[in-house]
Amino acid sequence: MLPNYASPVEKLWYWTFRLLCVLVLVFLMSPLLAIIPLSFSADSFLVYPIKSFSWRWYAEFFGNGEWMHSLKNSFIVAPAATVLATVLGTLAAVGLTSANFPGKSLLMPVLISPMVVPVVIVGVGAYLFFSPLGLTNNYLGLILVHAALGVPFVVITVSATLSGFNTSLIKASASLGASPLLTFRKVVLPLIAPGVVSGALFAFTTSFDEVVVTLFLAGPEQVTLPRQMFSGIKENISPAIAAAAAVLILFSTALLLTLEWLRGRSERIRTAKA
Amino acid sequence: MNAPLTAADGEPLKKKLAREQRLKQFKAVALVAPLALFLLLTFLVPITSLLFRSVDNPEVVTALPRTSQLIRDWDQRGLPSDVVFAALAEDLVKAKAEGTLADVTKRLNMEISGYRSLLMRTARKMPLQLAAGESVRDHFIQIDERWGDPDHWHAIARNAESWSPYYLYRSLDLRETKSGTPVLAPQEERAYLSIFGRTMWMSLWVTVFCMLLGYPVAYWLANLPKRQSNLLMILVLLPFWTSVLVRVAAWIVLLQSEGLINSGLMALGIVDQPLQLAFNRVGVYIAMVHILLPFVILPSYSVMKSIPPSYVKAAISLGDHPFAAFWKIYFPQTLPGVAAGALLVFIMCLGYYITPALLGSPEDQMVSYYVAFYTNVTINWGMAAALGSLLLVATLALYTVYSKLVGTDRLSLG
Repeated sequence: MLPNYASPVEKLWYWTFRLLCVLVLVFLMSPLLAIIPLSFSADSFLVYPIKSFSWRWYAEFFGNGEWMHSLKNSFIVAPAATVLATVLGTLAAVGLTSANFPGKSLLMPVLISPMVVPVVIVGVGAYLFFSPLGLTNNYLGLILVHAALGVPFVVITVSATLSGFNTSLIKASASLGASPLLTFRKVVLPLIAPGVVSGALFAFTTSFDEVVVTLFLAGPEQVTLPRQMFSGIKENISPAIAAAAAVLILFSTALLLTLEWLRGRSERIRTAKA
Repeated sequence: MNAPLTAADGEPLKKKLAREQRLKQFKAVALVAPLALFLLLTFLVPITSLLFRSVDNPEVVTALPRTSQLIRDWDQRGLPSDVVFAALAEDLVKAKAEGTLADVTKRLNMEISGYRSLLMRTARKMPLQLAAGESVRDHFIQIDERWGDPDHWHAIARNAESWSPYYLYRSLDLRETKSGTPVLAPQEERAYLSIFGRTMWMSLWVTVFCMLLGYPVAYWLANLPKRQSNLLMILVLLPFWTSVLVRVAAWIVLLQSEGLINSGLMALGIVDQPLQLAFNRVGVYIAMVHILLPFVILPSYSVMKSIPPSYVKAAISLGDHPFAAFWKIYFPQTLPGVAAGALLVFIMCLGYYITPALLGSPEDQMVSYYVAFYTNVTINWGMAAALGSLLLVATLALYTVYSKLVGTDRLSLG
């Protein structure tokens, strides 16, 4: 807060600074706030002012075969990729954080690399490598590559949770006669669950939002929602896209709230321990 | 001498411990192995094979095996010997029968335009029907006089190996001389160097804008009471979690000439006619900064949260001006974390494709666009692989710097 004795220059600076920050936050929110009302417009063009409101673009979105087909595909590919990435990533993170893992500092950057390699390269590489194997134009190829893109997030979040994990709990469990598997299920997993779930959420949005790899690997049968939106934006941008966008914003809000709730939970667990 | 310590069963403790450690290591490796194998097959091998494809040059060797073998002994002066001509005749007959002709004509046409028709025309006249006393060479030149031009033979000779730096040279705007040394292409033929330059330039500006806008917000949020900052953080996280396609669509709606921004500016009388904001560089910058801004704000915020406010207070109480205290005490402490965030944003920018493709003009496309273009539109995989490899090398070089500076095991997500 600004003290009472602040000079006029300091006051001016204080308020300019705040104004700048608020403007940046407005900038961040403005596209989301601008497109939602348009999805309720009865007009055929995505322009303001809105003359009359209607649900017609939602009817168009939910009644149109192509949109629904792509939505269904997204809900096939993303969960499958998420499960794959989460299981493999969690196991690897547990292995990596366990004592004296050989070559951890070399392996970690490799496991994280799908996050930084340009997606176009991943897409083209997978396309050229998978097409002789018959993995293009089908779900499996798409799921495999989407899972690879999601893995880094799971590894990062689970490793972060494990780094605050008290390993003597494992010893305690073992000394009480539990098998390693039982210890993992009953002791380790519940404690790292928030990390696993938030990693899974990241992996899910990575796949759910992915369009470049899908452009290369998917046939007309596997068109996902972002892929459908991509061609929609490229060809003619109709208000049905605004309806799709509004649905997706609602969806990402739900994901975000889940994530924040998990973060709070894991923080409470951590502080309770200390 | 002390006897070694032993366990209850009489086994030396040291040995038992070593075995236990080995078992533990083995378990850890067994846990990581599935993921390592998975990434190897779905990610590392495809990308490595893309790297190889950038120097892959199979067409001439496959379609004209005898010719490629014999032409290697050619001294590159004048025309090759009759043996090479005869080998080409033989190869063309086979290539026609095996259907490999199309690939090789396409490949050689990249070297000298018109090569396609030359080969097709010659292949049609095969097998050889020599008149009495006529040499193979004369017969070829009679079919088409271009066979008397050494350049057409140099083109075959350059591609007589199953790998070639041709695509990589092209991607760097280099041309091979007859002897194969690379020289910079004439100004009017250069294309890719400026595309790489543009990619770097645009990434640099997006990073700078992100820093300029993101740093103050992170500072503000880090110094607000927790309740308020958590609430305002939602405004950063919600766009972050929203689909990139949704955001690009929304920016098109906002920025187009009938869009909200232009109609607002016109209603206020600031401009008389709509500004061109979408489908040019401005639109690409706005949308890219919007997408990448959270990647600066979130890590900067967590760095700033960890800085005790007492240092700056101490500096001020010792008589420093608040601005000077900020600049000399606070800013240097945030620098490593914030610089790492900036480097990550720059790395991510380099590979951008969707945003420029949807919101930019042809002059705003980055390297990724051309990789996709050569893969999907012109089906020139050599070029796609070469441009992609160069982009990948640049990204990985910066990523190595990043992981050395930050350490990937300390990476966290917000």
